[in-house]
Amino acid sequence: MSVDMRTYLAHVELANPMTTAAGCASSGRELAQFFDLNRIGALVTRSITMAPRAGRPTPRMAETPSGMLNAIGLQGPGIDAFLERDLPWLAQRGVRTIVSIGGGTVAEYGALARRLTDAPGVTAVEVNLACPNMEDRGRVFARDGASAAEVISSVRTLMRYDVPVVAKLSPDVADVVSVARACVEGGADALSLINSPLGMSIDTETLRPSLAAVSGGLSGPAVRPLAVRCVWQVHAALPGVPIIGVGGVLTGRDAFEMVLAGACVVGVGTALFHDPHACLRILRELEELLQARGFQRLADAVGLAHRPPGNARSRADTTDMEESSL
Amino acid sequence: MLTTRRVDAYHALTVVAPGIAEPFRPGHFVALAVGGPQSSMLTRRAFSVHDVKPDYGGTVEFVFTVRGPGTAWLAERRARDTLDLVGPLGRPFPLPRDPVTCVLVGGEYGSAMLFGLADALLQRGCRIDFVLGAASADRVFGAMRARRMGETTTLTTEDGSLGVRGRVTDVLPGVIADARADVVYACGPMAMLRGVTAVSVEFDIPVQVAVEEAMACGIGTCMTCVLPVIGDDGVTRMVRACSEGPVFRGERVRFEDVGTIPFDALGAPGSPGGGARHVS
Repeated sequence: MSVDMRTYLAHVELANPMTTAAGCASSGRELAQFFDLNRIGALVTRSITMAPRAGRPTPRMAETPSGMLNAIGLQGPGIDAFLERDLPWLAQRGVRTIVSIGGGTVAEYGALARRLTDAPGVTAVEVNLACPNMEDRGRVFARDGASAAEVISSVRTLMRYDVPVVAKLSPDVADVVSVARACVEGGADALSLINSPLGMSIDTETLRPSLAAVSGGLSGPAVRPLAVRCVWQVHAALPGVPIIGVGGVLTGRDAFEMVLAGACVVGVGTALFHDPHACLRILRELEELLQARGFQRLADAVGLAHRPPGNARSRADTTDMEESSL
Repeated sequence: MLTTRRVDAYHALTVVAPGIAEPFRPGHFVALAVGGPQSSMLTRRAFSVHDVKPDYGGTVEFVFTVRGPGTAWLAERRARDTLDLVGPLGRPFPLPRDPVTCVLVGGEYGSAMLFGLADALLQRGCRIDFVLGAASADRVFGAMRARRMGETTTLTTEDGSLGVRGRVTDVLPGVIADARADVVYACGPMAMLRGVTAVSVEFDIPVQVAVEEAMACGIGTCMTCVLPVIGDDGVTRMVRACSEGPVFRGERVRFEDVGTIPFDALGAPGSPGGGARHVS
């Protein structure tokens, strides 16, 4: 019997929990050469900004053990070209689309929400809070609960009531739970964890930083334990809030780990660079794992690792053993 | 994987890949996963294709040099090992409709991708002249094959160990003039492409260059392999070498600005509507 892989992002039903991670699917057309985008739960776009952005100088990427550093600088077409070209292309094909947005001020996020609110084909909006706040000397929104909440509440107010607003959080904070809580209080319908933590590498041939931007976001399996920890902590504190678990998911096992930690949706990013078919492969592997463990529904596994020890779920294929006298 | 061989300073691997060989056009490249299934190296390595043959349903040969742990792993592969390739990728070389005279310029193992192009040009009745150059004799790739295919072949090495001492750009004006060339095709390091483009522009003939940029995916999603290129509308954009290239019209590439965001590029910081600087 197959597993019911349907999941909910707030009130929006997705056919399965797989999404692309923001910034890893370009316009969608590139990946559509490899698989039918309708077969994943949703596609998360690159972070859309008001104006077109050329991004950072090269080199923008450095491979690191089990991961990579990137400093792309949100290169993208800007909201006008996105609404004119990319979004209609996705909407025509019926691809569930979560639009990621990025801005330098609360007003810029608000302006983006205003442009997106009437656009057809927006399944949800994911707010990339890892952008420097121009009104706070460039301090990243995601590092401060109050400014993150301000952005979220502005977007929530301006966005259609039936489009969920997702807050994408950074792990580069002292207390990810307090930022998560502030975002939920600001109106976030769901959370996405984690954005890439900042890292750096130095080229020992040129004796210079490997990236032109000096530091960049670290992604890939190297950051997965960090992502699992963040998802775990936030799910424990806010068990009713849907979480998109993102960070170093390479296999079905990794996706299952995210689900057990509390994610009901799983984002795949760096794995797509390695394997363009990664989303569908991971989905298949996750379904097989769930089936092998006796699950009939994905929803039953979400956050399951939080159950107290000893309170094991009874399963058809295992016997509950009595506590040993030792 | 079928065979592996050393060619002077380089390695050449032939793989059975009918799905890549069949739609292949000169200029296409392939992206390889390295390190095996449990690899900690997640980014793909991009290689241009040296040769495509119909044997075994279709084989593809690519040439590389060991630069780091990924290419070192690749150099250790043996016949019957399995490799993970994605391809053919990128936009191929545009070919002239008429039988014109073409100069093909290759630097280091960049010349590997010129032979497939030469085949296609010869089929169209074009005349071909080769200019191949490298730092030393063992780093000039394909000199023998060039001599067989080309009307003339001029070799250059920086140390003078083969052919003319110097760089390809030193001999290129003479070759273009003698052959009365109509088109120049080039592949090699960025500095060489810049020089070849400058010479071609001086002769006022079209030049097609295939660039080599570091990439993570090869399919257009990672946005790491960008360079400033002037579009048909005169606007400079940061375009991807993998999906919008690797072949560009030489005079459209802003070689002197590679590695920077030119101030007048679309969406550059400080340009009208250029927006703020973000972290990731």
